[in-house]
Amino acid sequence: MEILLSITVGILVAAAVYLMLARNVLRFIFGLILISNAANLVIFTSGRLTLGAPPLIADGALAPPEGVANALPQALVLTAIVIGFGLFAFALVLIFRAYTTLGTLYSDDMRIAEPRSEDAG
Amino acid sequence: MSWYLSLPIAIPFLTAIFAFLLRASPYGRWISVVGSVASLIFSIMLMSIVLREGVIAGQMGNWPAPFGITLVADLLSAVMVLITAITGLAVAIYSMGEVTKRMEQLGYHALFQVLIAGVTGSFLTGDLFNLYVWFEVMLISSFGLLILGGRKEQIDGGIKYVTLNLISTILFLSGIGLLYGITGTLNLADLSLAVEDVENQGLLTVIAVMFMIAFGVKAAVFPLFFWLPAAYHTPAFSVSAVFAGLLTKVGVYALIRMFTLVFDHDIGFTHTILLWVAGLTMVTGVLGAAAQSDFRKILSFHIISQIGYMILGLALFTPLALMGAVFYLVHHIVVKANLFLIAGVAEKIAGSTELAKIGGLYKSAPLLAILFLIPAFSLAGFPPLSGFWAKYILVSASLEVEGWIIAGVALAVGLLTIYSMTKIWGQAFWPAHPDGIQPKLSHLPMFTRLCYLIPIAGLATLTIIIGFFPEPFVQFAERSAAQLLDPTAYVTAVLGETQ
Repeated sequence: MEILLSITVGILVAAAVYLMLARNVLRFIFGLILISNAANLVIFTSGRLTLGAPPLIADGALAPPEGVANALPQALVLTAIVIGFGLFAFALVLIFRAYTTLGTLYSDDMRIAEPRSEDAG
Repeated sequence: MSWYLSLPIAIPFLTAIFAFLLRASPYGRWISVVGSVASLIFSIMLMSIVLREGVIAGQMGNWPAPFGITLVADLLSAVMVLITAITGLAVAIYSMGEVTKRMEQLGYHALFQVLIAGVTGSFLTGDLFNLYVWFEVMLISSFGLLILGGRKEQIDGGIKYVTLNLISTILFLSGIGLLYGITGTLNLADLSLAVEDVENQGLLTVIAVMFMIAFGVKAAVFPLFFWLPAAYHTPAFSVSAVFAGLLTKVGVYALIRMFTLVFDHDIGFTHTILLWVAGLTMVTGVLGAAAQSDFRKILSFHIISQIGYMILGLALFTPLALMGAVFYLVHHIVVKANLFLIAGVAEKIAGSTELAKIGGLYKSAPLLAILFLIPAFSLAGFPPLSGFWAKYILVSASLEVEGWIIAGVALAVGLLTIYSMTKIWGQAFWPAHPDGIQPKLSHLPMFTRLCYLIPIAGLATLTIIIGFFPEPFVQFAERSAAQLLDPTAYVTAVLGETQ
């Protein structure tokens, strides 16, 4: 199972890097979303995978039995997903705004903040 | 005790809520100022407690460490919180003069206070994942502040700032996941003990480098700094001042914290990388500044070169060097925020930040010229201002470990800093204005003028105080460096005596 997830992470990262190398900012953001999901899977996998053993504490007991799944990495992933959702919502709106204001999605043409010296005159 | 630790974070959040509710009313800005004063008072209280009792820690929700979220204040954290509160207050006052009604209605003051809360939280947390959350709080509010106003340059700079910072965030997150995987803890104090038992030290070094890159992007070190000069000259001046003062320094703080407390297992490898990074950051930053012809762009590149000095202190990893890094951190925040505020006043009265388009400030606004000279000389390292002591400590620390080359680089970079400060002076202040107008401070309305000049004068006074009476500050930095190099007190404060 760990091997399978590791390979998935590898494929996700490879696809993400491919997308992020594009000059189109929208593709870049899609790559970023992919790689953030890869990061979530890394946290999930490195917290050890346990099948069919929910961390439930039985009535009267003070601690869960041995060998249950670790709930902490899942809590971390959940937090990261929520935060990532907010950030990417913002990033997508920003890119839409850039498209309407600057009229381009190509990073090569985004030179307004740092004009080339010949453009600046 | 945990009240003292949580109040510097809680107060900016509360202020943000009230400022947001009253964003359409003229009182919103005063709420921001009052909240900043309250933050300052509580930061001073926190500082005095830390000075008296050493490292203090509080467990949020009363979950014992390492299971719950811990807030910790050692001397470095306390001084960073204090300097954040000082900068926050200065910029809050300045914003009253600069920020437009439209920006206020869009929630400028609320975003600003959330940013301060995020920065303060990053300095106080003792938990790695919590640090990630504070970074996000800080990031999302800085995104908002950066593009508030929506001019073309802001959107353009914003895209580069947002995308590069998101990459660093994802690296940071993966690093956290892997570190948790091999140690089973996220509490910084617990981590500092747990890394010693890790069998696979090679993997630990890989994770260390992941953190180095993630924080390196935030700190804007070579070769990861490209978002900074793309974005810092575009927003309102109050916003660039608080960014320039605080944001990159959170990255430096995180580097110092992680690479003294947790990743000190392979200093020969990690800190050698840091040394190279420090040297190259200093040189590229200052050369970039020399090539620019815009007030704020020059200052932006100087942030990068100054970050190099702080990383140098961390990389040398001796008591003297870390002491220099702490001293530099504090001095730099005050000076750099102030220079951006001054650039703002220069733009308001002379009409531009392009150096070729302005002039005559020395003749018609001598007060501003003097207020500029203080932080500018300090930044370049003129004795007896604060920057001189900061550079002096770092250069002597390099000489102490016989790092002749890096000491030479640090000195040469100081010289080039003077060159670009002279360029600002020689074009914006000395010659007459190209359009023949006289940029006078009295052209500004009385209230606006006070809002501009009070924070600038206050920060300049602080620079002079640090410069002329460096003794208590140096002693403080020395104690702080000793705490960083021997984390026993930190670990004991968090985990208790039994550990």
